[in-house]
Amino acid sequence: MSWFQKIMSSRIRTEGGNKKKNIPEGLWGKCKSCEAVLYQPESLKQGKVCPKCGHHDSLSGRDRIEFFLDDAPIEEIAANVKPEDPLKFKDSKKYKDRIVATQKSTGENDALVAVKGQLKGRDVVVTAFDFKYMGGSMGSVVGEKFVRAAHLALEQGLPLINFAASGGARMQESLFSLMQMSKTAAALKRMKMAGLPYISVLTNPTTGGVSASLAMLGDINIAEPNALICFAGPRVIEQTVRETLPEGFQRSEFLLEKGAIDMIVTRHDLSDRIAQILDLLKPLPQAAVLTDESAVEPDEIIVADDHPKGTE
Amino acid sequence: MNTDYLDFEQPLAELEAKINELQNVSDDNSINIDEEIQRLKDKLKSKTEAIFSNLSDWQITQLARHPKRPYTLDYIDMMFTDFQELHGDRAFADDAAIVGGLAKLDGQSVMVIGHQKGRNTKTKIKRNFGMPRPEGYRKALRLMRMAEQFDLPILTFIDTPGAYPGIGAEERGQSEAIAKNLEVMSHLKVPIICTVIGEGGSGGALAIGVGDVTLMLEYSTYSVISPEGCASILWRSAEKAQDAAEALSITSGKLKAFGLIDEIIDEPLGSAYRDTEYVAQQLKSAIVNNLKRLRELEQSDLIQKRYEKQMSYGAFSE
Repeated sequence: MSWFQKIMSSRIRTEGGNKKKNIPEGLWGKCKSCEAVLYQPESLKQGKVCPKCGHHDSLSGRDRIEFFLDDAPIEEIAANVKPEDPLKFKDSKKYKDRIVATQKSTGENDALVAVKGQLKGRDVVVTAFDFKYMGGSMGSVVGEKFVRAAHLALEQGLPLINFAASGGARMQESLFSLMQMSKTAAALKRMKMAGLPYISVLTNPTTGGVSASLAMLGDINIAEPNALICFAGPRVIEQTVRETLPEGFQRSEFLLEKGAIDMIVTRHDLSDRIAQILDLLKPLPQAAVLTDESAVEPDEIIVADDHPKGTE
Repeated sequence: MNTDYLDFEQPLAELEAKINELQNVSDDNSINIDEEIQRLKDKLKSKTEAIFSNLSDWQITQLARHPKRPYTLDYIDMMFTDFQELHGDRAFADDAAIVGGLAKLDGQSVMVIGHQKGRNTKTKIKRNFGMPRPEGYRKALRLMRMAEQFDLPILTFIDTPGAYPGIGAEERGQSEAIAKNLEVMSHLKVPIICTVIGEGGSGGALAIGVGDVTLMLEYSTYSVISPEGCASILWRSAEKAQDAAEALSITSGKLKAFGLIDEIIDEPLGSAYRDTEYVAQQLKSAIVNNLKRLRELEQSDLIQKRYEKQMSYGAFSE
């Protein structure tokens, strides 16, 4: 880095050099699995699932939430929590610069989006990882936003649903990142103690410290098809055991067979299936009230009518 | 070169060898060479002081992995009485990379759990180099739940390069085993004191490291990833491990300054293996003091304080 670059602010420094990355994405793209040519706006409407081969491409946290929840307005949680650089971490690049560049390319403060919204008419809290933000890595901000979402769910008695897509803990925040594993796990224990459902959806990829904390702690663990889900990545294991790993090792289907997850659900079916599960775990109060006619008050019927989908 | 010593300890190893040689000579011949021995001992001391007053983070990493460093069973031997080792996770196997059992600390019953490394090829393999598989973490969890049942404090000793990255470990749910421990430890109803005695290797360390107090021996390390692993990912070369060790802030002093650990346990000049009894005494008194304080808390306060401690971890702006 020249002396001139050194004195520039991070924002300006990351502006140049990466011009290629700033070109807006084209309207046409290729499926990463079958190479079918896809019209991007249509692909996004389909939740980035390839219509030809069914490959589930990665979704940003925000697109994920939009695809999953009802059209009802959502309320974002802890939107202004931003990353710091406590260690003044620097490898080939400064962590600070990486943050600024990633914030610019993703439009997000950090790798987790947290909201309160509605799923088939039921209030839920949803958190979703953004793999494009430094590999969805979990640092202080991800941990903090996740526990704030859990705390909101606890306060309001709502279910929590997380969509994991992460390489693990964020190295650049070192032990701060590691501690987010126990921080998020502790908050989830409170959800369990309060009898509130936590549904963990594992998407491609969910590995390392995220897999070994919040992602594997769902009351129900659901994976999307063919997602890589593991503690240690295939390359690390190959180096350790010095043998080639079998086809499909650490993919969703393998985890289902080994008993680590409850089910594999395609992206299109996730909203319906999770709504069903929530209804089984915690039927909405008005559904219970309606079975006992003498207990029905006129205004409660109206409440039930307001949420017709919730009792489906 | 003596393989029991690290690179930067070699000058000390040479001096010690000379002193030993002279002592043997004086035993044999009764020639008075005490003066020369004393001179060498003084030199050894000043040389050790010089080296240890200016250790790099990479050197501390090496000390944390020193082949002569005391391991969990050594501390159990020195600090506790009546140790009864308990085995197995009741589901799959007994993992020798984690040891645990009942013991007495100053006459009081406690549950002791720690990673265990081996000293020679045979025991290193038996202990899997201190890298637990899921059944190790599940054994630890079983013992911790037993401790809760009998209202016994839990003392853990952390010393692992990390959880084992193997095929079987993945098949049996390494992630779930670690995650479950984090969840359960956060709300156990008994005091938990965790001490990093050597290597605090990432999730594999934290899986027995959630507690009311975290202690760290002076020359131990605690990190989200090994310096070698970090270097090979971020610098694309494992040879940059020294730079990574520095950047990751993994030493007791730095972590204490960040508020990520609570207390540093003093080690003697030349690190723990030079005077293991001293370290054991220091550690024991720190544990006894903390235990006394934690025992005075109401159960609900104990759990709430532990929860608030977990929630306080993180550096962000708003």
